[in-house]
This record gives sequence, C-alpha cells and structure tokens, in this order.
Amino acid sequence: MKIAVCVKQVPEGTKRIDPASKRLDRSGEGALNAYDANAVEEALRLKEGSGDGEVVLVSMGPASALDAIRKALAMGADRSVLVSDDAAAGSDLVATSYVLAAALEREGADLILFGQQAADSDGAVLWAAVADRLRRPLISQLADLSIEGGHVHGKRQTEFGYDVIDAPLPAVVAVSDAINEPRYPSLKGIMGAKKKPQDVVGLGELGLDPARAGQAGSRTAVLALGAPAPRGESRTIEDDGAAAGEIVAYLEEKRLL
Amino acid sequence: MTTLVFLEHHGGELLSGSLGVLAKAASLGEAHAAVLGSGVSGLAEEAGRFGASKVFVVDDPALEAPLPQPRVDALAQIVREHGVDNLLFAQSVLASDIAAALAARLEAGLNWQLTDLVVEGGELVGKQPALGDSVIVDVGWKQAPRLALFRSGAFDPVETGGQATVEAVTVSFEDFSLAAHMLEQLQEESTGPSIEEAEIIVAGGRGLGGPESFTVIEELAAALGGAVAATRAVVDAGWYPYSTQVGQTGKTVSPKLYVACGISGAIQHKVGMQGSGVIIAINKDPNAPIFEFCDLGVVGDLHSVVPKLTELVKTRRAG
Repeated sequence: MKIAVCVKQVPEGTKRIDPASKRLDRSGEGALNAYDANAVEEALRLKEGSGDGEVVLVSMGPASALDAIRKALAMGADRSVLVSDDAAAGSDLVATSYVLAAALEREGADLILFGQQAADSDGAVLWAAVADRLRRPLISQLADLSIEGGHVHGKRQTEFGYDVIDAPLPAVVAVSDAINEPRYPSLKGIMGAKKKPQDVVGLGELGLDPARAGQAGSRTAVLALGAPAPRGESRTIEDDGAAAGEIVAYLEEKRLL
Repeated sequence: MTTLVFLEHHGGELLSGSLGVLAKAASLGEAHAAVLGSGVSGLAEEAGRFGASKVFVVDDPALEAPLPQPRVDALAQIVREHGVDNLLFAQSVLASDIAAALAARLEAGLNWQLTDLVVEGGELVGKQPALGDSVIVDVGWKQAPRLALFRSGAFDPVETGGQATVEAVTVSFEDFSLAAHMLEQLQEESTGPSIEEAEIIVAGGRGLGGPESFTVIEELAAALGGAVAATRAVVDAGWYPYSTQVGQTGKTVSPKLYVACGISGAIQHKVGMQGSGVIIAINKDPNAPIFEFCDLGVVGDLHSVVPKLTELVKTRRAG
C-alpha cells in the first residue's frame, strides 16, 4: 500500500507576523508541524503492520522546508516531494489545495494522511479541500484507524462523542493527535534521512497555472493587524476561608447569578 | 447582500452557535438558512423564528449521518442555483470540513477562527485572533461568495419571532460524496449542556489531583446551571472525556462565565477559553499564569473553596 502524508514546516518558538508583508515570519528556524508527526507515525505503523508499502511525504513551502521534511524522513518515511515555487508563496486555502492536490494526484497513493491542524495558522481545513479536488472520500478527526479489505475504518472524534466511519480506498484521512504517540527518530534514522530521495518540484513540473497559486490565486487577503482588546481590571485574593463568599458577591455584581 | 447560514443540528435541535451566526447574518442584510438532514423539515420553522427570511431544506436519507461530503454537494447546488454573497458557518468538526471542501468546489475564499464580521469602508472584514490570540488579524475576501467559520460563542442567537419561506431542494449527490458511511454513533455520557453551547463553564485541571475530584466540579456546574470542561492534561490522563477538552487541540469556548479550577493557564489552554466573558480562577499556586488573564483570582485550595461556593450558590438560587 502506498501512503502519502502531507506535512508542513512551521516556525519554531515564538511566532510573529511580519508587519510589512502581513504574512507569518518564516525566516527563523523551521520545525515539523507537531500534529503532522501523528500522521507520519500512523503511516509508519500501517506500513510496518502490513509488512510492505511505501510512505511518501508531500509538502509545499520554501526550500528551507526540507529541514522539517528530513525530521519526518528520520522517523522512517521513505521519500519526499516538496512543491517549492516563488509563485506559490502566500497561498490561501483555495490556492494551497490546488497545488497540493496536483502533487498528490501524481503520487496516486491509496491513503492520504493529514495531521489534525497546522500549529501556525490554527487551520484545520486543508484535507477537506484536497479531498474535494481529488474527488475522494474524506474522514477527519480519526482517533483510531485500521485498514481492511480495501477500506479505512475508524473512530471520528466529534463534539458529541465518537462516530465510527468506514470509507473505501483511495481516501483522504485526517488523524487526531490522540491517535498515537509519535516515535523519536533513531540516530540511524537521522543519519539515513539525508540519503533518502527528496524531490523538489516547481509549479511547471506539475502542469499548474501560476495564476491559480500563491497570492494571485488566493481568494482571501490579510488587510491589517491590530492588538486585541485589553481585559478589564483583574483582582487576585488569598483564600482565608471567605473567598467563596467573595466569588458569590462578584458574580452578583456581574449579574451572573 | 444575501447571506446563507449553514444551520447544524444534533439530537433534533438546531445548535445555538449556528443560530448566533444567523443573527449576525440578519444584521448584515437578507439572511437565508440551510437545514440539511433526514427528517429535518420541522427545524425549518425554527430557523424562521431566529431571523432567516428563507430556509432551504434538503431532507434526504443520504444526509442522515453527520458526514461532510454530501452536505458539500447540497450547499454547492444551493449556491449555484440561488447565488449568495456570503456563506457562514459556526465552527465545528463537521462545519470545518464542509466549509473547506466548499471553498475548493466553488473556488471561494474561506477565513476561519473568526470572532466577528464587520463592514468597514463598504467591505466585509473578518476579525481573526491569531498567534495565541496575541494579535487580531483583519481578513478579507477578494470576491463573493465569501466563506467564513466563526468560533463558538462568537454571537448570541436573537429570537425575532419571524417566519421564513421554506424551499425544499432536491440534490443530486456525487458518487465520492456518498462513499463514506457511519456505522455507529457512540455518545459520550454527558450531563447538562455541551461546552460549546453553555453560557457557564466550570473547568478542571491537574490541580484536582485525581478523576474522583471532578465530582466537586460537576456539583458547582450543576448549581450554576453550566457545563463541565477539562484541560488536555486531565483528558490525556483519562480523568474526563475528550468531548469536554478546551484548548488548542480541543474546543474554543466563549461562555459568559468560565470558572477555572486547578488550571495553571498554559497558552494551549488559554487560546481555547480567553474569549470568555468573565474568568474566575481558583489555584493553589500564586504564580500560575492564569492569574495574569483572569478577572477574579483566588489563591487557595479548590477542594475547600469550590464546595463552599457550590453551597452558597445553591442557597442563593433557592432564596
């Protein structure tokens, strides 16, 4: 079975938005989006469980995203494809899904896995857009997953409990971070990662129209940045036995009782 | 300006988060609603009472399970046949999938995690807290239809008592949209309202010491008429169900009152609850970060403060 895992490089440490470009500052050290490690782990477990298959990482970003990709290769993925093109910078959901779907189409994987969100944009949306472009069944927020008889099967976490969902392969699946505990790469894995095939492709190689990618192809825009409204006065008291009474008085004052 | 709102329902009731978004839509102009499901025609009238002038109803067995893809087909068809300027959603596991897939299907812009939508200089602008809510980003759309997902509790429902025209829509579904099936629905045991819907939330963290201590949290929540929430640490430890988890990997809530008991207030939790109206924190550690962003902080033992508070609230309510 061939499994494609979509991974993303996110900025390490304190994040900031560049006031000039109004884009996330990606100049610093990059890290593998932590939620993607769950998807990589799940792919590796499926491959190990079945005894054969291939795990391909698919990503989109600047050339420096290879640093983050190598972390996932070090965990055990077989190879990677990075779509990197100046014309793809600043892509929103519509543009990103257009590019990523083309890269995934070329791979023709039986299963496409995503992590549950991007730590930088708090986005939890890309898989659904990609599944629609690829016209494949979609299951998101899976807290466990098994493959049997050409179907993927698992428990989807929702606001109300769990829905048990089944879908035929090929399918697009986003896993919850509750699904597993990602492994740490071994020293051997880290050393071996550099030698694994790491394709870097541009939009042209995928036959994509640059006008539909990047800022040009995006349908949303960042207009301005502002500071959040400050919270009102804050008060802290030590409990001397009367704190419960003070809370009740406060709730009454705020008309919450 | 015509705005279509996707109304999510569960257990035969429209979710108040969706109705809140409908109220926002009505404040912008003509508000229409979409109710999609199986045996849901009765919910259409309900939508009229909350501000929709027209309700599109797709009543089809293919929409029985809460799965996104057939709903994408339904909404795409409504948008194509009737045209809308804006298509708005209250954020949820289901709604996020639908909105994102529709963005691709309609080649339309989607902004998410919004807390407000305003008209500035004749253009619609979304307010999106980002980077741990340390900054508010103004986001826009280059063209219609504009798609948006709003954080839970962004708007309150407004009962207008109006009546909507109901239009039944028949949808032809894509094969791939019907490929996934729900085999079983496992509800988690819950008492009282869900945390996205609750106006009052009492939350417990590691400071409780163990799962048995959630009883004191539940008792306070019951006395206040609120819901119980938990931090990631205690959900991971198996003390409380995932459906109650607030924070970066759980839910974002914004009740009128949030009582945090034994919660340190790490950034991962903070982003899920700092939009709450009033935050009260009870924690033994005077250096806990939560004291930096609560309205009233109590440094003390929750095992002593919370039961006393429960008794006082009960007395107050009884009197």
